[in-house]
Parts: sequence; C-alpha cells; structure tokens
Amino acid sequence: MGWTGKVLRVNLTNGTIQSEPLNMGWAQNYLGQRGLASKYLVEEVDAKCDPLGPDNKLIFATGPLTGTCASTGGRYSVITKGPLTNAIACSNSGGYFGAELKFAGWDMVILEGRSPKPVYLCIIDDKAELLDASEIWGTSVWNADEWIKSKHQDPMMHVATIGVAGENGVLYSAIVNDLHRAAGRSGVGTVLGSKNVKALAVRGTNGVKVKDPRAFLKATSDGKKVLAENAVTGSGLPTYGTQVLMNAINEAGALPTRNSREVQFEGAHDISAEAMATPRSSDGQKNLQTNQACFACTIACGRISKIDEKHFTVVNKPQYWHSSGGLEFEAAWAMGSNTGINDLEALTYVNFICNEQGLDPISFGATVSAAMELYELGLLTKEQTGGIDLKFGSAEALAKCVELTGKAEGFGKELGLGSARLCAKYGRPDLSMTVKGQEFPAYDARGIQGMGLTYATSNRGACHLRSYTVASEMLGIPEKTDPLTTDGKPALVKAFQDATAAVDSSGLCVFTTFAWTLNDIAPQVDAACEGDWSPEKMLEVGERIWNMERMFNHRAGFTAKDDNLPPRLLKEAAASGPAKGLVSGLDKMLPEYYQVRGWTADGIPTSETLSRLSV
Amino acid sequence: MLKALVIDAGNCTGCKQCEMACSLENEGEFNAAKSRIRVFDFHTEARFVPYTCTQCDEAWCQQACPVNAITTDSLGVKVVHDNLCVGCKVCTIACPFGTVNYNASTGKVIKCDLCGGKPACADACPTGAITYQDVEQGGFDKMKVWATQSANAATYDGPNVPKGSQASGTGH
Repeated sequence: MGWTGKVLRVNLTNGTIQSEPLNMGWAQNYLGQRGLASKYLVEEVDAKCDPLGPDNKLIFATGPLTGTCASTGGRYSVITKGPLTNAIACSNSGGYFGAELKFAGWDMVILEGRSPKPVYLCIIDDKAELLDASEIWGTSVWNADEWIKSKHQDPMMHVATIGVAGENGVLYSAIVNDLHRAAGRSGVGTVLGSKNVKALAVRGTNGVKVKDPRAFLKATSDGKKVLAENAVTGSGLPTYGTQVLMNAINEAGALPTRNSREVQFEGAHDISAEAMATPRSSDGQKNLQTNQACFACTIACGRISKIDEKHFTVVNKPQYWHSSGGLEFEAAWAMGSNTGINDLEALTYVNFICNEQGLDPISFGATVSAAMELYELGLLTKEQTGGIDLKFGSAEALAKCVELTGKAEGFGKELGLGSARLCAKYGRPDLSMTVKGQEFPAYDARGIQGMGLTYATSNRGACHLRSYTVASEMLGIPEKTDPLTTDGKPALVKAFQDATAAVDSSGLCVFTTFAWTLNDIAPQVDAACEGDWSPEKMLEVGERIWNMERMFNHRAGFTAKDDNLPPRLLKEAAASGPAKGLVSGLDKMLPEYYQVRGWTADGIPTSETLSRLSV
Repeated sequence: MLKALVIDAGNCTGCKQCEMACSLENEGEFNAAKSRIRVFDFHTEARFVPYTCTQCDEAWCQQACPVNAITTDSLGVKVVHDNLCVGCKVCTIACPFGTVNYNASTGKVIKCDLCGGKPACADACPTGAITYQDVEQGGFDKMKVWATQSANAATYDGPNVPKGSQASGTGH
C-alpha cells in the first residue's frame, strides 16, 4: 500500500479515459512519482519526439507517501519531455493538489495525444471526464481556479492549471496549483497547453492506506521530531522561508548578479527575508503576512505576502491588493539580484503575475537579465523592446516585461523564448546563463563549485533541485565541504543526485533533507509500502532513476558536449568575495564524475552499469 | 476536570496534520474528507483556521436526534452511536456550526468525539494551534495576551503604588 495501485490514462485525441492497474513490478524498482512516472515516459514516449506534438505525453504523478501524515507528504510531479530543453522534464510541486489526487484514488494520470478543443480534466474519485474549457481558455490561473470551483459548486476541489503563458507557447510555462504553488520548471505548462488542456480539477474522498499504520505513525513521528529540532527545518525555514539564503549566499560571493557578471549584489539585503519581515517605511506594514505549509508539512516555509497598495506596480489594481504567494529565494534572486533590482514590492508584484499567468520565475527572471545585458550592449534596441528602457536595475522595465510575457505580446513574445533562444537570436549565445537550454538558479558556480557540476549534469537542464550541494558546501549538511575547491565534488554530486531522486520519488519534499537522511526516510517508506525499503535500496533506486533519465536524454540526442556551463563561468573570474579570482573548475570535475558514475569518457552509461542497475 | 480543544488559528500554518491524524484515528486511513476537524484556507487574508465540534452543553444535534443516538459521556462529549443512528441527518441541520456531517459510505453521521479523551489532532498539531485544555482555563492564554496590551499592565509598578498616582491609568 502507500500506492493506490491505479493509473488514470486519458487519450485526449479520442477523448477516452481508462483506469489501469499500476505496474507494481516497476513500483518496486522506481518507487513512485519522479522515478516511476519517468519509467512510464521512457517506455511509452519516443525520446526524439516533438515535445509540443501529440506524441509527447504528460504524466501527473504522486508518490507512495503523498496524502499521508508523513511530514511534507503532499508532493506531486509532472513528467514529460520538456520544450525548453528537449530533455526529460520533471517538475515538482507542493500545495494540496497532490494529496487530493491521491485521495481520489490515483497514483498517476497519463495524458496522451492532443484534444481537438480546449478542455479540463475533472476527477471526482473514480469518475473522470473531459469537460469544455472554452470559457476559461485565455484566462488566468486565478480565474480558472475560481471558475472551476464555482462551476462544480465545490470549494474543496483542488485545481492545477496553466495560465495564459501555457496557452501562448511561452517555453517556460508552469502548471500552478492552489493559486500559488507550481510545477514551475522546464515548461511542463507549455506541454499541457499544447495538448489543449487548461487544467486538472480534483476532488477525492477515498482514503490512503499504509502497510503498517502503527509502524508508520512511529516512523513519521520520529521524523517530525528530527525536523522540529533541526536549526534549518525547525527554525530557519519557517521563520524566514527559503529567503533565509539571500544574505548568506551574497556574503559567500555566490549570488549571480546582473546576468552573472558579478557574484555579489549590493541590494541583496533590500530583497531579503529580513526585509520582508520589517515594516515598510511607506505604510508601516510588513510585506510578509504569514508563513504557510503545504499539505502535511511540519516545516511551513511558504511565504504569504501583501504588496503596498500605493506601490507603482499596483496603483489602481485592487486585484493585487490581497495576500498571496510571496517571494521564495529563487524568485527573489532571478528577478532581483540577477536583474540588479532591489525593489521588494516590485518583485512581489512580478511574482504574483508569474503565479497568475503561469510563468517559471527563475527562467523568466534569468531571461530578462540576459535581455538587459543585450540591451546594455546595444544588441537589443529600444525599438525592438517596444519602448521598454531595459536597463539593469529598472523595476519599471521588469514589471512591463512580466505583463507582456505571459500574454506573448510585443517584446514579451521574445522573452517567452527563454534566454538561450533569445541570446542566439541576437547573436550572443554566450550571454545565456543556461545549461541544455534551461536557465540556472541562484548559486554561482564560481563561488560554490559543486553547483557547477550540478548544473552541467542535471538531466532536466540547469537546476538546483537535482543535487543541492549547497547544503554541504555552505551549511555543512550532512558534512562540510569547501565551496571553493573541486576536490571530492564528483562523488558528492553523485550522492546528492541519487538520494534526491529517491526522495522525489517518495512523495516527500527535498527540503526535509536539510535534516533527514535516507536513514530517516526509508523507515517511513518501508512502513507504508510493500517491499523491503532500506536506505541502501532507496539509494539504488535513486541511481537507477538517474541513469534511466540520462539514457532518455542520450536517445534524444544529448552528448557529453551538453554537460557544459556558459563560457562566462569558465573564463571570467569572480570579481569579489571569497571566490574572487576563481572560475568554475568543471573541467577538473567532469571526467571524474563520469568515472564515479560508471559511464564512459563520453558520458554514456556503460552496459555493466546499466545491467547492475537493471535499467 | 472537563477538557476541550482550544484552537488558536493564529498559529495554524494550514498543514492539515490534524485532518490526517483524525482520519487515521477514526477511519484507519488517511482521508481529509472523513476528518472530523477541518482546516479552512482564507488565502487572500493570509489566514488558516481549524474548526471542529465544541461539544456544546446544550447540544442541538443531541436534542434534534429522533432516535437518541447521540449521548453525553463522562467527559461531556457528545457521542454518536452508530448502532442507533439511522442516518436521517437531522442533527446536521440542527448543528449551528456545521460540525456534524454525514458519511455516505457508512450511512451514519460523524462528529468529533475527542478520541475518548486523547484527541489525535492536538497530538499531531506541530505548531500548538490545537491544544487540549481544561475548559475552565481555555481562554486564559488569550486573556494574558490582551492583558499585556492593556495600559495598566505597562504602567503598573506594584501593589504599593497608590491608585491614581499614575498618569495613564485605565480609569476603571
């Protein structure tokens, strides 16, 4: 148990919907969510398919611990071939949607083909149907959420939907659930839009059972105690959110600034967690209203913010005067430090719009940042930006950009391409801070060397959530390593990648790993699920998943050449801070990484490795 | 000593651990829809509020029940007896707070019974938003918060200071 044992398969082309049993043999080898859904994708989808064509599939997947009392047991992932990267994509979200899908009785929903007209998938327990979405097509996430609940007269429904960005082909469109939690990265929302599906709406009244309830209560209670007593998960994250990192990463000289020209931002404090919790001089109110937990989460790192009603971004726009999802560190960095903007209220507004229109704030912010550099170099003119004075530091320009991007209007259409395509179009591909076409997040690979290898080898393109070596290099979790050297990083990155793939596949949140190791997680999985789930087995499952994802990308045409970083990080030394004078030592790490992975010098898993892992 | 659930919504993060604990205790499975306690998310106001039965002394659910299926136990708890309940739902209409609800899969109504004196929701709440306390002291923590904000709390120097000698007395 843990799993419901059921998969909902929806053929959008024919409008047929079937229930089928979950492949329990695969579940033993890939656990759930990211791993298990990737297995389905790899078996069913041609790696060379057009990600936005009908041959691609999109899978909503829960884990065996989703919808239980395990702390953070509410996650789901969306797995598909991504349009931003053409690589395998897996984007993870919290909120309440994942647990609701599980309560409705489904481990996974597989969407295939393409609907002839806009629809939404309504799932009420065992009953699922495709319903006409013409009235919400062309409208925002917030509108679609409200419309669906009102139409079904059920405020307890949970909705995962795209905004206009996903309909308009913005290549980094998100799927947003519960208004402000998102499967944000890699353009999974673009794929949903390409299938003419606006949303999934779910109501579940079935229960989730676990194998041994008594052992499960014991294991999950022990786990919660560890989270509560840990400084990061028990205090830092609930109080400050992920934004606890803004000042710390800046001081470490690892905060990419102005498209990574610099590694420290003079305005970091203005957009930090501390600033969010300090009364504003304008109206005496705090930006931060409260913290919020996702389903079953005892950490509660989410931020709920309210914008100053007199701020220029929301004057005469009362629809943005209420509280909603506030800035997380990645968003604050991408749209703030990375663009040289230190206006907290403006960033909160832009974040609201990203949620409302369904944009990934990391890729959006990083794309604007690249555009700002092109503009500053004269490669993009004011005529081409449609009159936007796209200078670093301009909150006005950023606000204008976000308003245009989801709608794909004017210069917004160019921004919707993402930074790699935009920079190539304007003749400077080197200015795109991306790997495999995906914008990298808030850690500079010169100041935190492990993150360079993390970005270069991530199967979904540059990403911090595939192996968060920041934990070790900055925070000493599970043990301290020196962020400025490359020594030992290949093995460290591999260990983080494998463990994270296992955690993602369980239905738990990766943030638990600030406090938990697989020794804390495996007993929870073991008490919930059939099979013998030791920490060793979890790690092996993680390694299997990593190699399977890698093989998908290999078949899609990726080679070792794509395990690379932008030339700026390899050639231009950090100008300040502890990493001053350093470039990324990727060339020193990559060959060793291939070795510890059991891959050839060309980065291809050897047949021995694949057979050892039964991939 | 009578005890009751005391809910301090200001501490609630919306995690729904209470709903999970309640449904496991009462249904043997994790099922938010069958939880006797519910957390409401007032998103635009940044508030989360857990809500459940307050075990009224004069319980309208009990008075409305035509088959006397709801009794009061030694802890003052209003308990539904499944063997007597006929699923008529009159109690769900009578309850002014909506905390008695019909369970379609059993044909009976469900409501909070304080888990026989060890409420699982209070045990599971990670932030102290739900506590199980002596009913006669349930408001004392809130009283203390308000007391610290009243003017005499800030200016009162001790029992020997003559009344009226302080500039900003409360006047009562």
